[in-house]
Amino acid sequence: MTKKAIAVIILEDIERIKESIMIKETLEKIEQISADTLAAIAESVSLDAVNDIRVKILGKKGELTAVLKTMGKLSAEERPVIGAKANEVREAVESAIAEQMSRLKSLNYETRLREEAIDVTLPGKRVSLGKPHPMSNVLSDMKEIFRAMGYTVVTGPEIEETRYVFDMLNTKEGHPARDESDTFYIENDVVLRTQTSSVQIRTMLENKPPIAIISPGRVFRRDEFDATHSPVFNQCEALVVDKNITFADLKGTLETFMKRLYGDSVRLRFRPHHFPYTEPSAEVDLSCFKCGGDGCSMCKGEGWIEMLGAGVVHPQVLRNCGIDPEVYSGFAFGVGLDRITMMRYEIDDLRHMYENDLRFLKQF
Amino acid sequence: MNLSMKWLRDYVKAEMSIADFARGMTMSGSKVEKWTDLSDPLKNIVCAKVTAIERHADSDKLWVAQVDVGDGKTVQIVTGAQNVTAGARIPVVLEGGVVYNFHDGTVMSIKRGKLRGVESQGMMCSYNELGLTLEDLPYADTDGILLLDNDPEADKLELGMDMLEFLGIKDIAVEFEITNNRPDCLSVIGLAKEAGATFNLPVDVKKPVFKGVDGDLNLKVKIENKELCSRYMGAVVKNVKIAPSPRWLVERLRASGVRAINNLVDITNFVMLEYGHPMHAFDKRYVEGDSIIVRNAAENEKIVLLDGEERILTAETLVIADAKKPIAVAGVMGGEFSGIMDDTKEVVFESACFDGVSVRKTAQRIGRRTESSARFEKGIDAANAENALLRALELVEMLGCGEVMKTIIDEDFSNKEPVKIKFDSKNINAILGADIPESKQLEILEKLGFKLENGFIIVPSIRIDMELECDLAEEVARIYGYNEIPSTLPRVTSQIAPAPELAFEEKVSKLMQGLGCHELMTFSFISPKSYEKAGIENANSVIIRNPLGEETGVMRISMLPSMLEVLARNYNNRNAAGRFYEIGTVYLPVGNGFNRSGAPTDEKKILCAGIYGDSESFFTLKGMAEELFEKLGISAKFMPQGANKSYHSGRCAEITVNNEIIGVLGELHPLVLDNYDINTRAFCAEIELARLFEYSVATPKFKQLPKFPAMTRDLSLLCDISATAGEVGEIISASAANLEQLTLFDTYTGAQVPEGKKSLSYKLIFRKKDATLTDEETDKAVVKILRALENKNITLR
Repeated sequence: MTKKAIAVIILEDIERIKESIMIKETLEKIEQISADTLAAIAESVSLDAVNDIRVKILGKKGELTAVLKTMGKLSAEERPVIGAKANEVREAVESAIAEQMSRLKSLNYETRLREEAIDVTLPGKRVSLGKPHPMSNVLSDMKEIFRAMGYTVVTGPEIEETRYVFDMLNTKEGHPARDESDTFYIENDVVLRTQTSSVQIRTMLENKPPIAIISPGRVFRRDEFDATHSPVFNQCEALVVDKNITFADLKGTLETFMKRLYGDSVRLRFRPHHFPYTEPSAEVDLSCFKCGGDGCSMCKGEGWIEMLGAGVVHPQVLRNCGIDPEVYSGFAFGVGLDRITMMRYEIDDLRHMYENDLRFLKQF
Repeated sequence: MNLSMKWLRDYVKAEMSIADFARGMTMSGSKVEKWTDLSDPLKNIVCAKVTAIERHADSDKLWVAQVDVGDGKTVQIVTGAQNVTAGARIPVVLEGGVVYNFHDGTVMSIKRGKLRGVESQGMMCSYNELGLTLEDLPYADTDGILLLDNDPEADKLELGMDMLEFLGIKDIAVEFEITNNRPDCLSVIGLAKEAGATFNLPVDVKKPVFKGVDGDLNLKVKIENKELCSRYMGAVVKNVKIAPSPRWLVERLRASGVRAINNLVDITNFVMLEYGHPMHAFDKRYVEGDSIIVRNAAENEKIVLLDGEERILTAETLVIADAKKPIAVAGVMGGEFSGIMDDTKEVVFESACFDGVSVRKTAQRIGRRTESSARFEKGIDAANAENALLRALELVEMLGCGEVMKTIIDEDFSNKEPVKIKFDSKNINAILGADIPESKQLEILEKLGFKLENGFIIVPSIRIDMELECDLAEEVARIYGYNEIPSTLPRVTSQIAPAPELAFEEKVSKLMQGLGCHELMTFSFISPKSYEKAGIENANSVIIRNPLGEETGVMRISMLPSMLEVLARNYNNRNAAGRFYEIGTVYLPVGNGFNRSGAPTDEKKILCAGIYGDSESFFTLKGMAEELFEKLGISAKFMPQGANKSYHSGRCAEITVNNEIIGVLGELHPLVLDNYDINTRAFCAEIELARLFEYSVATPKFKQLPKFPAMTRDLSLLCDISATAGEVGEIISASAANLEQLTLFDTYTGAQVPEGKKSLSYKLIFRKKDATLTDEETDKAVVKILRALENKNITLR
């Protein structure tokens, strides 16, 4: 062995000794970091503090990272020893951080919920919606019922010629309904329509059967404005013209309509009546909504409430509209929406409906 | 029509309960409105006889009577009446009974009591305590007890008998609502026939007969206008004795709501009620020239009618005249001078057929509608005119109030041909949708007085409403029972397409409610003065010829007056704030023609909104409008409009779409607000619904969601104070590339902004559809915008 060789060996030994000292120191340092960090995490009281610890230890410039950076100097055999230790500590720290974080978070929620409690009985901040006029509610229901039964909603002019309002409906010159005391006149042959039957006439003139329409709208009669009368009110009429339409069909249709509007328990009563444009004609009573027919103040003890007029279309009316009564027949009826609305909502004075006070309108 | 049940039972034995009677009649078509027990509340009043009477020990005025009330019972009654003597028969109300108070007509119950220490067990009754008048009981003492011994029917009295029965107070008056087509039911006999058919009871109506005396009539009748008078029957009664009518007649009149006057007049009223045919009687001594002429009046001819008022007649008026002058207006009312007087000796009875339309117009012209004219208006049966006259003459003889001349004048030009309707039970069932056997149908029709002859139904002349097969169907159905006919539901399929405008209106209505507005319903007519009040100039409205009043005199051409009324009412009712809308119709005159859809005027729907309240402003309403337009897919512009007198000139905008004005929106003019006493700011919008419909997008097409990021820039600009945000926004939009959204978020004047200038701050969002926009591109776009603004003297702040 040459001196040189011995020197090399000694040097190698020295290096080995040095290394083993370094390993020991590194391991100790890692242990130290681990202990300090776990303690710090355990003592931390905020998420930010925990996060700071993470950065301080595990971040790019963190303490543990710094230690690991020195590993390059180690030999291939020793590197795993340090590596294993470092990973073990990193995992321990990470899991401690996660645990502490979740503990702190749940503490935070509790605090927040406690501190943010409010008086839920205080009034809400509202976006206010407007409401339909009560009469519109009733009309919407009617439209829906009849649309579902296959009818079309049709409208027409309110200022109308007498031939559509009267003449073609068999209401001849001289009929009391045409009196100036009952009807508003614009000219001798132009009036404010007294019924929406004028729409039926226009419809029959313009269309061939089968016809199934309802015609809602405003009508006008020369009545003073009081609790039960208004010179302007709303009607909804219906007309069906087809082959083999009968009085029985009218009955069935009205029964279905009323049951859908008022519920299955309602009963109908047909009484003979007279209208110039229908024959046979009927007035229809409904079992009282309030007492169900036993008699009360609403039905004046009768158990029945007069509801609408109806009938089989007079053959002359069909003929007037170019429809052959030998082939076709029809029925028609008309209801006053104002009346139905008043009864539905138990409104005792018709004037409310046209005075439009907000305190009234808000209710429906 | 008020029907006496007692009178009805003269013809048909309708003995069911009154409730059953009313129900049955109502359900067969004669609607009963109500019924009144005419004896109600009178109770416990009997015929009694004074057996002894002596002065009350402690009184100068009172008497103490022992009264036999029948069944061997005697009661003691203290009375203040001075006309009662022993032996007198009188009505007595017993303990527990009810009469009317002598002084004030109120209801009074009788209790046992003491008068100045003497017990009284009832009360003797005067006529008015029984609710009667001197017309009912002409013999009654006005100042004492009713002395029954003076009664023409005193021989029928029995002690203890029910006085209400004896005096004819016990009856029920049934009030019917008779439809226009059934004037025959405005009579006792008509209703008796209905009752017979309804309850399946025999009806006993005999043809009236009179004996008559021979002699010369001294009367000629001539009908000059046969169009308006198809039949005129006249009879003469001589040696007339005017007197009160007998009780049975008076009580029937009373129950029908008619006052008794004297036998002759009562007979005409009685016959009218019984047969439904109006009659007239006049004093023959005032018929000059012994002739009756039915003619048109001369223009301006005068007559004083029974109501004491003079009428000036026109040439259209049909009159009954003598040789010189009119003595009655045909079918309406007689002349005053020819009326029946107490000294009338000779009477002419008239039973005629006048044209309904003519009578109606005459009644209107002279301003007097009578029981008679009301009946003629509805239509009269010529055959019934004869029955009525015969009945009157029969009654004259029955009552002994004169000698009836045998000869009757009958000028008859009426059509005697009965109406015939082809009968086919299948067709009737086809109309009804029922399966009523032919035998049953015929049974019903026969009960109603129809006859079948060679396949035709022969209609009795009194049934002037019958004409067609459908009329027969109704007759069958109403007696068979409307409610016995089955109910079937037809399968209907409308071929008429629904108008999309209606669905649109419903949609707009819902959106307005979503915007916080309550729906209104206002009258279509307004006061012509309200235009000026609302600041609407040169209003040309459709005028109602016969309005209820000036307040409702014209058809509105604008929704604004209606809305202002509602705002004012709500404000004055102390509703602090409100949002309202109505989709209402306005009516625009179209001159002498028709509008495009063939209506006499142009009817347009207007969406009108009105708001007021502390948190409302021009911009809250504008915001509502913008929201509405956005939801309907409409892009509208708001341009300043200073000329509309309804609105604040500096706070009003015209709403335009595609350069077409579709409406207006603004704060109401302070003068208009003052006119309506609205002491707060209020805001209205008026938008034509048809234009909204036209420009709305019913079915929007899907736009891709942005795939690339947006760039945002805020710009604070300095511009002239007169520049509008609209103008500035348009400059920006016109010059910007890739600008997706432009939002004005602040306007400012004041410190740091030079005098005469204002600051507008915008947020601009840029985005490219197909690539990420770079900072450089965005900056370039901004530079371009700023350059365009600089040209208009608008600079970056």
